[in-house]
Amino acid sequence: MSRVRVLVGTRKGAFILTADGKRQKWDVSGPHFGGWEIYHLKGSPADPNRIYASQSSSWFGQVIQRSSDGGKTWETVGNKFTYEGAVGNHLWYDGTQRPFEFARVWHLEPSLTDPDTAYAGIQDAALFQTTDGGQTWRELPALRNHPSAAAWQPGAGGMCLHTILLDPSHPGRIFIAISAAGVFRSDDAGESWRPINRGLRSEQIPDPTAEVGHCVHRIAMHPSRPSVLFMQKHWDVMRSDDAGESWTDVGGNLPTDFGFPIDVHSHEPNTIYVVPIKSDSEHYVPDAKLRVYRSRTGGHEWEALTKGLPQRHCYVNVLRDSMAVDALDPCGVYFGTSGGQVYGSADAGDSWAPIVRDLPPVVSVEAQTLP
Amino acid sequence: MIRVLLPAHLRTLARVEGEVKLDVEGKATQRSVFDALEASYPMLRGTIRDQVTHERRAFVRFFACEEDLSQESPDDLLPEAVATGAEPLLVVGAMAGG
Repeated sequence: MSRVRVLVGTRKGAFILTADGKRQKWDVSGPHFGGWEIYHLKGSPADPNRIYASQSSSWFGQVIQRSSDGGKTWETVGNKFTYEGAVGNHLWYDGTQRPFEFARVWHLEPSLTDPDTAYAGIQDAALFQTTDGGQTWRELPALRNHPSAAAWQPGAGGMCLHTILLDPSHPGRIFIAISAAGVFRSDDAGESWRPINRGLRSEQIPDPTAEVGHCVHRIAMHPSRPSVLFMQKHWDVMRSDDAGESWTDVGGNLPTDFGFPIDVHSHEPNTIYVVPIKSDSEHYVPDAKLRVYRSRTGGHEWEALTKGLPQRHCYVNVLRDSMAVDALDPCGVYFGTSGGQVYGSADAGDSWAPIVRDLPPVVSVEAQTLP
Repeated sequence: MIRVLLPAHLRTLARVEGEVKLDVEGKATQRSVFDALEASYPMLRGTIRDQVTHERRAFVRFFACEEDLSQESPDDLLPEAVATGAEPLLVVGAMAGG
């Protein structure tokens, strides 16, 4: 029977949750790297026992950990992230220009085919790549050298490159998202990039329809239909049917279209999930009810999923990298909260149960389906 | 033999318990000690000082012999008691909650 491994990054360490295919009884290991912020862990699709983890602290900086046995043991690998060539400037909160400066790795995206190759999205926004299992990291500088970079500006959490999507049907096609710049696409493995933000509208910037400057929180795709992208923007849930060339609002009947994560059902490419958050100034769920919203129509029509989730006195947030799906049937859906709960659903969201309730604030959740 | 006491998080990262003992070639300075430390424990590169500039990370301090050496030049000689191993060089994470 297949198994599931859920990788959880928190403000104070990493946790690994494992279960058999029924997904009813869970083993919890951790904390790994206790006391450190674990922004993200992710396993290689080509070798699920290869896992990369971003470990950081304000005191001691960035560390990258690598496991080759599914998270039982770890080894430190390279942590040198040096911008290539002239560093350049970006827009700062006060309107001045400020040099790019490395702060941390937000997201690690292993290659679809090679366990030793992975991408890292960092703050201040840039894309790095390793081809030696994390021992060395090299910037793909064309993104940061894009002429629009001087207009990129930090969101409240910092100017982070937080989403990396690798297109399985078009080798060399990469989508990335930056807060607050927007979405960019490369069709040549990172050698060149262009912004793909047409159709986005952000009232928080001087020109609401500007080519860059949008605070995109997360984008997602289904691997069988990689030209269809879904986006949770600062406000607005958006969809593109042309690989990002244009976007339309699919927020429909959501109670609020502010939020952070968005994900796609593993077997139904038109079924998507979001967690609406009250507002950009009140980062908790509306009406004190934790509700995942599911659309089976690729947007517009949404239903609240509440069974097993707290429906009173709840004031948690769910961050952008904190939702994931497994590949079992029915599809498993997982998300973690700022209150330290990780909830799981073994029936595509119809019902939920906490896997763990009292972890440190959850920053990221990834799910692996194991043979 | 120079003794270095790392903060708990870095001891865990380097997989050491207690003090680290280092043979340092030449004069005992912050630079030579941390060069030797990072050569023996590569996982500590970037955690105490910047990987490129070798500047001390902002929230890390260096104490020895009841003195704060954090603002000293990395090429200044360390106190004799540190150079002889009579006293450890303390690497300290700045105090903070959370």
